[in-house]
Amino acid sequence: MAAERAGEAGRAAVEGTAAPRDKRRGHAAIRNRQSASELPEALAGDLDGSFERLVRDFQDRLYAFALRLTGSPQDAEEVAQDAFVRAYRALCDYPPERIRSLALKPWLYQIALNVARNRVRGRRLAVVPLDGPDGRPRADPPDDERRRPEAAVERAERRDDLGALVAALPERYRAAVVLRHVEGLRYDELAAALGQPVGTVKANVHRGVRLLREALAEREWRDEGGR
Amino acid sequence: MSEPRDGHRTEGQGLGRDRRLVRDLRALGAGVAPPDLLANVLSRVRLGDAYWTLDTPVGPVFVAYNDGGISAVMRAAAVGDVAGFERAFRERHARPAHPVTRPPAALAHAVERQLGGDRRADLRFDLRGRSDFERAVLLKAREIPPGEVRPYGWIAREIGRPGAVRAVGTALGNNPVPLLIPCHRVVRSDGRVGDYAFGGAAKRAVLAAEGLDPDRLEGLARAGVCYHGSDTTHVYCFPTCAHARRITDRHRVAFRSDEEAAAAGYRPCRVCRPALAS
Ligand SMILES: [Zn+2]
Repeated sequence: MAAERAGEAGRAAVEGTAAPRDKRRGHAAIRNRQSASELPEALAGDLDGSFERLVRDFQDRLYAFALRLTGSPQDAEEVAQDAFVRAYRALCDYPPERIRSLALKPWLYQIALNVARNRVRGRRLAVVPLDGPDGRPRADPPDDERRRPEAAVERAERRDDLGALVAALPERYRAAVVLRHVEGLRYDELAAALGQPVGTVKANVHRGVRLLREALAEREWRDEGGR
Repeated sequence: MSEPRDGHRTEGQGLGRDRRLVRDLRALGAGVAPPDLLANVLSRVRLGDAYWTLDTPVGPVFVAYNDGGISAVMRAAAVGDVAGFERAFRERHARPAHPVTRPPAALAHAVERQLGGDRRADLRFDLRGRSDFERAVLLKAREIPPGEVRPYGWIAREIGRPGAVRAVGTALGNNPVPLLIPCHRVVRSDGRVGDYAFGGAAKRAVLAAEGLDPDRLEGLARAGVCYHGSDTTHVYCFPTCAHARRITDRHRVAFRSDEEAAAAGYRPCRVCRPALAS
């Protein structure tokens, strides 16, 4: 898992999206791999002294998760920030033995998910269901822009487009697809983060992927001139 | 897994696209957290403060804050670069400070207003670790308008500790947030500008930037002038009080003490409150 993520950081750098800071991410990933099991122990023993490490180890992933949930960098920053603050306050209240036995990753994703849900509830429901009548999540980029030759730009654009499609998925599929395929959680971690049985989250992941595939296919068909 | 809806595609193309979709999804996770996230989280739970750099009349300063308010202001000239500031901050507060690329808009705005001389600027300060006495001294100093000064003894009397003039000087000298809590507006009773958390020279520069002439101030003190009164209103003031500055040369009367003013039939100004104001 950690190794995979370090590889992704390298790919992101090649694509020119995260070049100045991919190094930090790589270090965090390596440190995380070495210490994934001892971090709860450290937090249980010295919460204030270890909390910064928890933020450093998980901030990229939690932010990416929030970005895919909300579809907006500003909302994602606030969601990730609130999630860490809530996590700290929860850890202050937990007895050490509970902290020691925490599966940090799904626990943090669960908190972020709740923060994002509460924000949506508190404001507007910005989510347009993909399979609804208004399936187009946003205006397509103009043709000349999409046909720019630079491969990196195209890949970045494709990712932005896909990100928009993901953000437009109905929430239960979106959370499941993002945790599984973007964040790379195992199904048992997914079940813990979402508070649902493994069978349910599996079904939601599959349904979500199918909705995405259909949306992509439909758009390709449209782009190729079909109407 | 179902087939793509567009039936003219072959199954091979569909599977290839599936793999590409999963790969593209994985690439969506390659984001990097915004640079200020860590500092913002830690400052909100008060495990460390966030800071940024600001230009002032005494050169660049580092301004640190947390959930409780502004916690530190240090001159780059004194602590050096960011590493020097972070070291000095940790020594003083026993917690780390992390840089932010941009402070919260409301906070940056309030700091700007305060530095621009707006006394209604809504600034909060994290004065944990300061005694009640120190806090009282610092908050009293905030009441002095820009471009005006009061003696140490004024603060001591105003906070109900008239005998603690020396301790007032010490508390102001240890002001953790100079400029924003304007300890530079408190001067020696003999009129000399006196010490400052940022050093005496900086104090003169800050006062001058607020439109005050430190040389004139010390000139008055050398001449033994503590107060100015108006022979039309028979009210007397500290020389830098806005009311005193409005008195024309023809009507200005100088006093060396409260007793002298009282004997001449003058009453103390209710705004700047010289010693005998009630
Ligand atoms: Zn006055």
